[in-house]
Amino acid sequence: MAALPNDAVQPVIALRELRREYRMGEQLVRALDGVDIAIGRNEYVAVVGASGSGKSTLMNIIGCLDKPSAGTYTLNGREVARMNDNELATVRNREIGFIFQSFNLLPRANALQNVMQPLVYRRLPLSKRRQLATEALQRVGLGERMDHLPNQLSGGQRQRVAVARALVGHPAILLADEPTGNLDSATTKEVMALFDQLHGEGQTIIIVTHEPDIAAHCHRTIRLSDGRVSSDVRQEPRR
Amino acid sequence: MMFVLSEGLRSAFAAIRAHGFRSFLTALGIIIGVAAVIAVVSIVQGLSHTINAQFQGLGSNAITVRSYTPLQQQLRGRMAQLSESDLRAIRHRVDGISHVTPILFDPAGQRGQVSFGAKTHFTQVFGIGPSYMEVTQAFPQQGRFFARSDEERRRLVCLIGPEAAKNLELPGSGLGEFIRIGSDWCRIVGVMEERGEIFGFSQDDYVLLPYSTMQRLIGNTRPYDLQVQLKVDDLERMEEVEARIRRTLRQEHELKAGVPDDFRVQTSAQLTESFNSIINTITAVAAGIVGISLLVGGIGIMNIMLVSVTERTREIGILKALGARRSDILLQFLIEAVLLCVLGGLIGVALGYGAGALLALVLPGFPPAHVPLWAIVLSVGFSAAVGIVFGILPAAKAAQLDPIDALRYE
Repeated sequence: MAALPNDAVQPVIALRELRREYRMGEQLVRALDGVDIAIGRNEYVAVVGASGSGKSTLMNIIGCLDKPSAGTYTLNGREVARMNDNELATVRNREIGFIFQSFNLLPRANALQNVMQPLVYRRLPLSKRRQLATEALQRVGLGERMDHLPNQLSGGQRQRVAVARALVGHPAILLADEPTGNLDSATTKEVMALFDQLHGEGQTIIIVTHEPDIAAHCHRTIRLSDGRVSSDVRQEPRR
Repeated sequence: MMFVLSEGLRSAFAAIRAHGFRSFLTALGIIIGVAAVIAVVSIVQGLSHTINAQFQGLGSNAITVRSYTPLQQQLRGRMAQLSESDLRAIRHRVDGISHVTPILFDPAGQRGQVSFGAKTHFTQVFGIGPSYMEVTQAFPQQGRFFARSDEERRRLVCLIGPEAAKNLELPGSGLGEFIRIGSDWCRIVGVMEERGEIFGFSQDDYVLLPYSTMQRLIGNTRPYDLQVQLKVDDLERMEEVEARIRRTLRQEHELKAGVPDDFRVQTSAQLTESFNSIINTITAVAAGIVGISLLVGGIGIMNIMLVSVTERTREIGILKALGARRSDILLQFLIEAVLLCVLGGLIGVALGYGAGALLALVLPGFPPAHVPLWAIVLSVGFSAAVGIVFGILPAAKAAQLDPIDALRYE
């Protein structure tokens, strides 16, 4: 990789020779077997691949939920592969916004409380948390439903709450794992439109998906197979 | 730190409220344990409160001297006794005492048969000297105290305690009636003030006779054993007077050095002390027994917290993905367990106090319940400790969960 001393092209994420091995009983499973990826600021990337190709493992490592067995992972200029659990928690809190297939909202907390939760770990006072969370919810168009519990919201609305929660801390990357897997086609469009809009506002987005329609929204598609990058193409997004 | 605590409390309250009934059942062990402690302590302390007040009424400057025979000597048939010459010796040779009274029981037994009409009653019958009122601070409610002439002429007159009067079913207050003591008829010249009960034993069930009359009833055939009650002028000189009495009586009894006293000098401070030590033992035993129930309650808390951690595995995974550290999760669950225990403890204190007050109200003659602050602080503190001890394991389990596994948990 060209190491240009230029801020504009310094990648947000730089993975080099990344490996992750599990031991399952007697067997050694190589989930990631030497992955090199660089993702720049404001990129809109789809990670695709068959199940078992290693995309979940890759997403866990990028999301700092898991550590690589070997290789380096530089996030925003900091080497995170060797960080301890507490440092990783801080990175997750500040640099990464997770969006999950099954929304993963806190069931007993209303929309506003869900969005405020990550800010608790930044030790922000309640008034500040409320202000930031309200702004985030308004940004995803849910300013009217802040006091609804997750089970009082539709699937699309829940995913928008999840997006607001991911965004509230102004993370470096938005990391979405099959974000439309539990949604019907109408709400899928709604959520993807939201992602497109956020990308338009400068957000770096990585979507792990197996649906070509979703990948087509992105500017770049990275295909994994057997723990390696099998193709990495830039494309004209379809809107 | 304050931030972590207040946030932890906030989420703990939410979690406890979300499972209101289950939280209540979980804390029930603690509630019952603490309620039991507080109920027992409130009743025992209520008793001790009243009794101490009664002792104070008795006068903390009162001293009782009585003969004392060790069991070995008793078995040999040698009984120590205090005689009238001992009484005289105390009266004349001990400084700093203003009032002295002998107390004379029938050597055959402290309880004597008293009857009125067809009604017969066994009660304490004893003879007293003229200073009895000053020494014991017990006065007649109606009628009069013994006169000098009663004493001099060994008149068959008596004072009666209100409980004894009631038991004999005397008409009216009983004043002026004749009751039979042994084989003699005595006229009631006074009814004493009511003093109430201690441990459900009436302090008003007795008949008093003039000292000389009591001698007459006993007869001269048997030697009798006196008790001496006296009042020390100056509380500061209590120990001095006590020592002086011992020296005098040892001389009187011609006890050689090294021979133990054949009498006992008791101050009311000693009485209070020995009573309080009994009370404290009861309290400690009760607290110990009930402490076990708190432990059982704690195990219940641990059990439910472990279930709760499993139930909320996915939630823990989400929180970790959002940036919660291990310590955040640990504290959240620990605070929840402690809060559960403390709330249980507070409910227990309220219930226990209620139960104690109710019992004291319902049981006849029981003094009002009294809960000292230390009991409340101790129970709630102990509840919190139970929460920490039994909450740490579930909380550690939650904190150690791997975020990836937790997020995948169904």
